[in-house]
Amino acid sequence: MAVRQFIEAIHDALAEEMKRDDRVFVLGEDVGVRGGVFRVTAGLIEQFGEERVLDTPLAESAIVGVSIGAAARGLRPVAEIQFADFIMPAVNQILSEAARMRYRSNGDWSCPIVIRAPFGGGVHGALYHSQSVETLFTHFPGLKVVVPSSPADAKGLLVSAIRDPDPVLFFEHKRLYRLIKEEIPEGEYSVPIGSAKVRREGDDVTVIAYGLAVQFALEAAAKLSEEGISTHVLDLRTLRPLDEHAIWESARKTGKVLVVHEDNKVCGVGAEVSATIAEHCLFDLDAPIQRLCGPEVPAMPFSSVLEKEYMLSADKIANAIRTLARY
Amino acid sequence: MSSELPRHREVGLTDEDVLAMYEKMLLARTVDERMWVLNRAGKIPFVISCQGQEAAQAGAGFALDPAMDLIAPYYRDLCLVLIYGHSARDELLSAFAKAEDPNSGGRQMPGHFGDRQRNILTGSSPVGTQIPHAVGMALASKMRGEKSVSLVSFGEGTSNQGDFHEAANFAGIHKLPVIFFCENNQYAISIPVKKQIACENVADRAASYGFPGVVVDGMDAVEVYAVVKAAVERARRGEGPTLVEAKTYRLVPHSSDDDDRSYRSREEVAEARRGEPIERMRSYLTSVGLMDETKDAELRAKILAQVNEATEYADKAAPPDVSTLMKHVFAEGGTETNGRSTIH
Repeated sequence: MAVRQFIEAIHDALAEEMKRDDRVFVLGEDVGVRGGVFRVTAGLIEQFGEERVLDTPLAESAIVGVSIGAAARGLRPVAEIQFADFIMPAVNQILSEAARMRYRSNGDWSCPIVIRAPFGGGVHGALYHSQSVETLFTHFPGLKVVVPSSPADAKGLLVSAIRDPDPVLFFEHKRLYRLIKEEIPEGEYSVPIGSAKVRREGDDVTVIAYGLAVQFALEAAAKLSEEGISTHVLDLRTLRPLDEHAIWESARKTGKVLVVHEDNKVCGVGAEVSATIAEHCLFDLDAPIQRLCGPEVPAMPFSSVLEKEYMLSADKIANAIRTLARY
Repeated sequence: MSSELPRHREVGLTDEDVLAMYEKMLLARTVDERMWVLNRAGKIPFVISCQGQEAAQAGAGFALDPAMDLIAPYYRDLCLVLIYGHSARDELLSAFAKAEDPNSGGRQMPGHFGDRQRNILTGSSPVGTQIPHAVGMALASKMRGEKSVSLVSFGEGTSNQGDFHEAANFAGIHKLPVIFFCENNQYAISIPVKKQIACENVADRAASYGFPGVVVDGMDAVEVYAVVKAAVERARRGEGPTLVEAKTYRLVPHSSDDDDRSYRSREEVAEARRGEPIERMRSYLTSVGLMDETKDAELRAKILAQVNEATEYADKAAPPDVSTLMKHVFAEGGTETNGRSTIH
């Protein structure tokens, strides 16, 4: 089995899907000759040519809008938004168009597009290169929202996203790009959208997380096992549709739930996760549900000190688990 | 009649074509007027009109090949979608929001066209969002080496949206086979064109995207045909987009919920009516010997019968079944059911 970084796994999924299906093409700012500002699409233009690795003008609404039109004609566009922070000009296209083309046409038209965007902080990106924007999209029926936390999942979920008949937002935590590598399966495989995964079995406290927070939670869990605290870690992987059965099962497993995300708390994914647990397994709980999330400020500052204060860490998660374990 | 060819033949339209254009224009006007009557009678909740823009749409529609060319219409394009194969019945089914409405099965307001089988892209209410879609359809056509073009229509107010600029710029760079068709009806609800754009014509904007912009008398179907036909041929040759601005006039309020007396004078509207497109077409056809009073009366009677039949059919047709509310959020077998998320 090959060991691949998170970023390499995403690149591989794109290259393999483009090779498998000539309807698949990528478009975005600097994705071609430059190979992407993070180098996700490096080498694709040499392999597939400039028509299928399309450097676009700097205009996010057109990137998404043109993708929608191309998909309507049977192509399978994978659009890159250079930073999730810059998706805002395309939000009308995503919410008013992509999310409802199937519904509004009574099933006549559809919109099989993927929108990839690096998100998240911890890279000195300050207010406009660090944000978590996923909840802008999880509220809207008609969209699927995927956030992988490991190289193997990143590849398998992107393959599923490209093959999906509906629009998928694929958010890549940019801190993960070169932070982690792992062995990924040989050959063609996919990971289903809408399915969470238990990353670590445990009995005392359940942590439910996604993206970079999963890696921090696993680090915290390893540390806490030395203190005799057993942590169960569920990686959501898909934020819409949420894998509610897996959430309930993990909540029942320990009776103590900590939801962790880098995005701020109010109306975040943690609120929906907490609500579904409250609706379906309140009487299986031994403690109030806890949420550890980004603070309620507009975005994370540039100053390293302030950024660190904003960001999650294994230590912060470990402290929250300890408190819950003692409850 | 002089020995010169009539104008329509000079631009490549046969006598049958120009008569068919007139019939579609008249059908659009009759359906449109019927919807207002139904609205005022409390039978349908909403109408948005094409009145005044029939010639522009007929000219554009006849310049395209509905079998291969795609359209991304906007909410006033009733005449255009009738040319693309919809019937009076189809559009009245939409007005009554009935299950059989081919645009949306009664999900969308009237004027929100769409029909995949007929190459009509589904549209929405936020203005201008369809413009990049048409560019994407043209991109697909170019990538596959097909000859099909796409035409996207919109009003002059919409030409101020970022999506217009972003899409036109994208299409210009890649020389895509797309026609930007602006139906300038002089008003964006109440705001007159002089408060919408600082340049004289919307078409002037094309220069900055690197392709031609053409102004045409949008009350003259034959003139519009000639201009759009040239744009279609240019697109098919791989030479890129054209922005066509058809100067028209919106003869009625913005919609059934608008009262245009508050922002424009009756004199202005009466003056515009003197140049209205249906009458101009009838007068042209008469001048070239293709129409007379008897023929016109027969045609109008035939169309009225069609619209009467369509109204009765649509009124009696079944509404969508309430059990269909949750359908088509995702592909069948998709990942959400009952409005609550579940796994596969």
